[in-house]
Amino acid sequence: MKLSRIFAYTERHLYLYKRSLPRLMEVFYWPVLDLVVWGFVSIYLTRGTPRDFITLFIGALILWDILFRSQQGISVSFLEDVWSRNLLNIFVSPLSPAEYIASLLFLSVIKLLLTSTVMVTLAYVLYSFDIFLLGFPLIPLVLNLIVMGWSIGIITTALIMRFGQEAEVLAWGIALLFQPVSAVFYPVSVLPGFLKQVAFFIPSAHVFEGMRQVISKGAFPVEDLVWAAGLNIAYMTASLLFYGWNFKVVKKKGLLAKVGE
Amino acid sequence: MNAIAEVLGLTKLFGHVRAVDDVSFKMYEGEILGLIGPNGAGKTTTLQMLLGLTTPTSGEIRIFGLELGSNREEILASVNFSSSYISLPYSLTVRENLMVFARLYGVKRPKDRIDELLRIFEIEGLKNTPARRLSSGQITRVCLCKALLNSPRILFLDEPTASLDPDIADKTRKLLKKIKDEKGLSILYTSHNMKEMEEMSDRIIFMDRGRVIAAGRPEDIKKEFKGEDLEEVFLKIARPR
Repeated sequence: MKLSRIFAYTERHLYLYKRSLPRLMEVFYWPVLDLVVWGFVSIYLTRGTPRDFITLFIGALILWDILFRSQQGISVSFLEDVWSRNLLNIFVSPLSPAEYIASLLFLSVIKLLLTSTVMVTLAYVLYSFDIFLLGFPLIPLVLNLIVMGWSIGIITTALIMRFGQEAEVLAWGIALLFQPVSAVFYPVSVLPGFLKQVAFFIPSAHVFEGMRQVISKGAFPVEDLVWAAGLNIAYMTASLLFYGWNFKVVKKKGLLAKVGE
Repeated sequence: MNAIAEVLGLTKLFGHVRAVDDVSFKMYEGEILGLIGPNGAGKTTTLQMLLGLTTPTSGEIRIFGLELGSNREEILASVNFSSSYISLPYSLTVRENLMVFARLYGVKRPKDRIDELLRIFEIEGLKNTPARRLSSGQITRVCLCKALLNSPRILFLDEPTASLDPDIADKTRKLLKKIKDEKGLSILYTSHNMKEMEEMSDRIIFMDRGRVIAAGRPEDIKKEFKGEDLEEVFLKIARPR
């Protein structure tokens, strides 16, 4: 054992952290998010365990996964071509940027269907939880989560194109940034004042509030669904415009070839 | 001869760096045009602009008489590209990879075309092998199959033989020349192997610091720079005097 060799290899990694914001984020990001989410869950539970806690928790977990997978269906599929150095083959083909995005959206739906089938079946077999008890509202709730996942996925993809594989960590972590303010496992009322205001502009926060309303009161959450859909239309439009603008910038800066090689 | 591609006053600035500086040239039907120059000469940037991957700062690119920026899809359907620096999805088999690209390029009877190309490149036995199990030389040949799938009118090749052994590299060069002669294919070829460039190219464009410093048949360039071969010419130009 030579200390100099151990330090040399340690130094190799420390150089990375010195220059890479995404890698530095990795060190702080996940622990901070865990602390925030589970902290709010604890505050919620100290108020008294709700009667439908198991239903609320498992339902929330399945629905959150829909958002997460829908985002990953786009950004990880894009990364697959970056990792296999296939991106240039794709972008020198006649496939247009719009067709490329449409294909990623379609792919995310296929992946989502497979994942959801497994999750829903397992929840039923292991915990006797039937997500379909949510009834008809389940459809607009799920659709809103898918569209929000798409918006995040499209923006993530654009950022990776722009900042290269350094930004790859966003594909795994960016959706989780929205988890504390989405009030997945606790109601929005648990959040402190300023985060409540932030949550109002997050479509998934309205979806999870709506889900709790359906489970607890059996009511159709019209207001929450209207807000979620309105915000999603705005964010999806913004993400597509951002992608289109970013694609032009990436081509202007010659970055497409760099991320693809 | 008809110009199949035309580049007029092409310039690319990256900040204050002039990567490509007022470059103009024509590419004719059925010719192999070699693009050579030292590292940083602007070859790759020029190639990327011709493929629509990088937007020029100024200048014009016309392919098949059409302006590239506004006719991207139409033009890209009839050109193709291969480079030793790119690869294919590792988990897909050779056949699956080629099938994806055959569909992207709208190739008719893709199965037959794939079989034909695999036979030409002598890799028909690898049809069902995942790309991850191929050697770099085999990957290069699969990439060349991909590049010929749509029977392109123009083929852009960036150091296509860089990872091939001398035997396969020689076979590949002969094959490309044969396809060029039989199908009237036009090829824009870059390589750091000057012997290869001399053997392959009908005409050569020599670039240095973003500019075209010489263009013509290899023998004319050798005469102009008083070099016995292209390698000597290259060293004369690349090394600071």
